[in-house]
Amino acid sequence: MTDIRTFLKNYDGPKVRLMEVCGTHTASISKNGIVCMLSPNIQLISGPGCPVCVTVTAYIDRLTELCMQPNTIVLTFGDLMRVPGTERNLNDAKAAGGSVRMVYSPLDALRYAEENPQLTCVFAAVGFETTAAVYASLLQEALQKEIKNFRLLTSLKVMPPVLDWVCANQGGIDGFIAPGHVSVITGWKIYEPLAKKYNIPFVVSGFEGGQLLETIYALVKLRGMPRVMNLYPSVVTENGNEEALRAMADCFEPCPAAWRGMGVIPDSGLRLHGEYAMFDAGSDGLLQDHSFNTNCRCAKVLTGAVSPTQCPLFGRVCTPQTPQGACMVSQEGSCYNYYISGRGSK
Amino acid sequence: MKITMAHGSGGKSTSELIGTIFEKEFSDPTLSKMEDSAVLPGSGRIALTTDSFVVTPLFFPGGDIGRLCICGTVNDLLMSGAEPKYITCGFILEEGADTDDLRKIAHSMSETAKEAGVRIVAGDTKVVEGKGGVYINTAGVGFVPEGVDIGAENCREGDVILLSGNLGDHHAAVLSKRMGIENTIVSDCAPLVEMVNAMKRSSVHIHAMRDVTRGGLGTVLNEFAASSNCTIELQEESLPVSDQVRAFCGVLGLDPLYMGNEGKMVAVVAAEDAEKALACIRASRYGENAAVIGRVLAGDSAVLLKTPIGGTRVVGPLYGEGLPRIC
Repeated sequence: MTDIRTFLKNYDGPKVRLMEVCGTHTASISKNGIVCMLSPNIQLISGPGCPVCVTVTAYIDRLTELCMQPNTIVLTFGDLMRVPGTERNLNDAKAAGGSVRMVYSPLDALRYAEENPQLTCVFAAVGFETTAAVYASLLQEALQKEIKNFRLLTSLKVMPPVLDWVCANQGGIDGFIAPGHVSVITGWKIYEPLAKKYNIPFVVSGFEGGQLLETIYALVKLRGMPRVMNLYPSVVTENGNEEALRAMADCFEPCPAAWRGMGVIPDSGLRLHGEYAMFDAGSDGLLQDHSFNTNCRCAKVLTGAVSPTQCPLFGRVCTPQTPQGACMVSQEGSCYNYYISGRGSK
Repeated sequence: MKITMAHGSGGKSTSELIGTIFEKEFSDPTLSKMEDSAVLPGSGRIALTTDSFVVTPLFFPGGDIGRLCICGTVNDLLMSGAEPKYITCGFILEEGADTDDLRKIAHSMSETAKEAGVRIVAGDTKVVEGKGGVYINTAGVGFVPEGVDIGAENCREGDVILLSGNLGDHHAAVLSKRMGIENTIVSDCAPLVEMVNAMKRSSVHIHAMRDVTRGGLGTVLNEFAASSNCTIELQEESLPVSDQVRAFCGVLGLDPLYMGNEGKMVAVVAAEDAEKALACIRASRYGENAAVIGRVLAGDSAVLLKTPIGGTRVVGPLYGEGLPRIC
């Protein structure tokens, strides 16, 4: 490890830009103070891997509408409460009399629905493959137990199409720190076509500081090579969790999805299908995104085109207390993490 | 028995409630006089504090709202260098509150007050419509000895930062209970009288002191750094956190730096007194896991954390509500 640290600190080869895709990686890079351990020739940029940050306003608007309907309650993770909608966020809607309850896990949402059969319980189901697998098992349970008042408003997304979009539209990326949690479900092989198409290495990483340093080292060494390497072998396999993938295929089918700042990307979303379609709270067509503050650079931050600190609002108008865009809201958001950890200020 | 609106009428039911529960449990001669105010001895510089307690659930592993309200108030007085003396308490009860619960809460207050060496000398009870909730407001009075000057603005370059024990126990215990998660984490809710007195007796030069409650250590140290215009450097590896709380935080995405405690304090002391101070705290009740966690450097107002892998990051104050992550 000492050799890796020395190498990364003193690296004077060609400049390398690496994208960490997953929000939990972004948070871990901040938490471990990794940026100051790297040579200026190694640049880390944050990608579109925080599910809250890539949520579009149409989705938030729909949630704020639903919570005002009679006998309906919106159940949500805390992070979504402060994401700006066109006119208001869920916190505002709650203060105005909307029925909103924060939950800590999707399981709590299903339990709540079971205990309150008189209410239509709409769970705000955002997330990537990792979370979609959890929702799938919940829906199987709901179907089996005939819990008829449980609904999902889905904004579920899958990784490969958006990574393809980023490579095609945002050049200058020399490697990806591939998301660990997502890869547990999907397996590492899904990155192979992209590695070959764009001649870029992908390294699947764990979340500890040391694991991230090893991943960054591997990516620098693999620069220019179409390789996929798995440095998280304790939980990530070649083909992923087949049982979870089957459950997901059972409940969901691919659909176009809107990504904040990137627009609609074909087949990058998941929607309920078959007998599970009855659990949908009206998720189709929530593709519109509203720009809040014309100076907000969220869209470019999410694709790694600019660093959060290059946004004119960052740290001035936009802070964790007064988020202008979603990237400053979530604990896994790029801007939030840059702000709280001082990343990018040196 | 359940509390009804009649218990807040000011009439016979109110007297009975006060007599059978509060007066009985608190058993203080001044309180028992039932005058409009408590008249008490004291002189010198007064420290005065107030706090409101609205915790859910009322009873949690390691404590309850009663112990909490005494500890919170006593600790606030201690942190300004005062010797805590008197406490008042105002109860706001919602209709439907259980008198057995109230008795347990009052008993817990009384026991904690005895442990902390303070007297509960005045009180008030109101009843409002609701669903059986219990809320307590306390005020505390203490006296600050001549020459004592403890304040957030007193941190100096070279000072050493001590933490009196493990971070996050209270927050994790309450959250576990609320979420129905089974574990053996208990709240650290405790009065810190013994450890503060031990340091004073050993003539430790305490520059700044705070109990680490809501907002967590990160927020307290940011306040110190801003008030003293200095840089505070922490060593992540030296931050005491129990394995259970660490695992709990890992699952929910919480950071022990921002978790609330109810029986922990951070003290900034002169470097030459650091060892002595650490020994005093460690030898005191509730201080066995105390540690030196960092030091004060010259420089702009900032809190920096040295990470175990050799990185450095800025520790900001708590933003938002410290919510669990979503994936």
